[in-house]
Amino acid sequence: MNNVFVYCEISEEGHVAEVSLELLSKGRKLAHELGVKLEAIAIGSKIQHVSQEIFPFGVDVLHIADDSRLSPYRTLPHASIVIGLFQEKQPEIVLFGATSIGRDLAPRVASALRCGLTADCTALEIGDHTEPKTGKEYKNLLYQIRPAFGGNIIATIINPDTRPQMATVREGVMKKEIFSPDYIGVVEKLDVNAYLKETDFVVEILERHIEPQKLNIKNAQIIVAGGYGVGTPENFKLLYELADVIGAQVGASRAAVDAGLADHERQIGQTGVTVRPKLYIACGISGAVQHRAGMDQSAQIISINKDPNAPINQIADYVIIGDVAEVLPKMIKYYKQNSK
Amino acid sequence: MTFRIVVLAKQVPDTRNVGKDAMKADGTVNRAALPAIFNPEDLNALEMALRMKDNIAGAEVIVVSMGPGRAAEIIREAMYRGADRGYLVTDRKFAGSDTLATSYALSLAVKKLEPYQILIAGRQAIDGDTAQVGPQTAEKLGLPQITYAEELLSIDKQNVIIRRRLERGVETVKSPLPVCITVHGSAPACRPRNAKLVMKYKHARTTTELQEETRDYTELLHERPWLHIQEWSVEDLKAETDKLGLAGSPTKVKKIDNVVLQHKESKVLTASDNDIDWLMKELISSHIIG
Repeated sequence: MNNVFVYCEISEEGHVAEVSLELLSKGRKLAHELGVKLEAIAIGSKIQHVSQEIFPFGVDVLHIADDSRLSPYRTLPHASIVIGLFQEKQPEIVLFGATSIGRDLAPRVASALRCGLTADCTALEIGDHTEPKTGKEYKNLLYQIRPAFGGNIIATIINPDTRPQMATVREGVMKKEIFSPDYIGVVEKLDVNAYLKETDFVVEILERHIEPQKLNIKNAQIIVAGGYGVGTPENFKLLYELADVIGAQVGASRAAVDAGLADHERQIGQTGVTVRPKLYIACGISGAVQHRAGMDQSAQIISINKDPNAPINQIADYVIIGDVAEVLPKMIKYYKQNSK
Repeated sequence: MTFRIVVLAKQVPDTRNVGKDAMKADGTVNRAALPAIFNPEDLNALEMALRMKDNIAGAEVIVVSMGPGRAAEIIREAMYRGADRGYLVTDRKFAGSDTLATSYALSLAVKKLEPYQILIAGRQAIDGDTAQVGPQTAEKLGLPQITYAEELLSIDKQNVIIRRRLERGVETVKSPLPVCITVHGSAPACRPRNAKLVMKYKHARTTTELQEETRDYTELLHERPWLHIQEWSVEDLKAETDKLGLAGSPTKVKKIDNVVLQHKESKVLTASDNDIDWLMKELISSHIIG
């Protein structure tokens, strides 16, 4: 069997993106289970140093394409290199971050290689499959698991006959784990000109404004999150007030973001950030599966909801049946009076 | 030479408003319970296409949709808002297509409209949220791609300048034509229907719809050919059937699980002062907060 590959995204600051390190951690486990090697590909300008960031995650081979024309990211040159390398190496599995780069690049690569691609997976597992019609058996396929259809179903997707099996995963879904601080793999420097064409550079970047990451909801220990049920911007302010008092970050469900109650960068769930804080306070969130996919690993969950039957109550440790506008001020008041 | 803008649009079940009857007892999706709508980001794409048309004399906007017969509804809707013509890619043999097979079929349809300068679509459809069909269609057509377009900054017959919305900022890019653009939901909303266009296009019909009509459209269509929404089948596209439908889709659904929540032992409280105070005390004493 061939190897597992991870496309390592390089951040604005020249480091390997968090999501890529998380995927290397997952990729290491998948490679181990399959008894194959883990390989990574990093594309950018002046990025020789990233090997030090990548090898501790258990990478056996790191392919580096280093050229001044390869940063900032542009679709066509990155796609040409990735496609060319994969045609040579025939990977078994490839993982991309479900970022604005990964979601731009991966489909282009999948189309060229005529292979399957599953977006926004929330779990990846190795498993077998028997084709119901033909009885044909497949060993060690990648199960690509994701919510689908408005989150009413969880689908397990497989690619029985085509390789590589490709998936994108959002930041925070997989756990980042150093494999061994001293792990050393092999660096393969790619001859970029062997992969690139003149026409790969037709799209010009005229201007960029990339802001440093302002919010760090993902690593927050406590999150106060609001849903559509919070109702008004005034009520939403109560969430900020509570968060301020107890030292939490404010998150939101997609419904709240769509209703304009919160910014997109606060969105938690399948199409937002995935979090696993020690305490998650869900205010007026009904708990669609996409939202739960982004927070159900929280150590403790409190749900504040007027609806006793809200789906989120079933995964909550504490359920407060009541109005957010009534409950939050009481929590703030108690904390102010009783904390040191 | 005309300046041709091709818009890819999809009719989708409105997964944003899923009611309790959305799932059948056997765990499959009850499509009948979900209203079919114009995919939201495809409307943003249509608006960007119409703005291009506003800027280039003689430009035309052609809508292509792939789906069942009823998807003609969104082609008419696009016409009411300013699209000039429409095509419906429809055939039972397309059923079960994943994004790769879908982009193959769409690429063949778009090829029939050559020469075009712009191919434009929403970033993603709300029934799948994959954002894959745009880039995959671009790859099959050998076009450069501009994803997550937020604003059209300038367009002429050779180049387009677009501002893209990224996770942590924006980027302005310039591409020669033809190019494939996918439009982000933060782009300007689509203009509403225009009453004159509704009058002009209310009789637009697909070939299949015409066969079901009781009145005779022959003369009307002869005078106003734009009212005919042509249908393209697998045969019309000269598509290879092993690249379509389930057979042409590398991704297979192994299993669908209806979402059943794991029940936790939850403690149910009221909004009373006593209950809230008890909970806060519990959280503070167990060092979860404070």
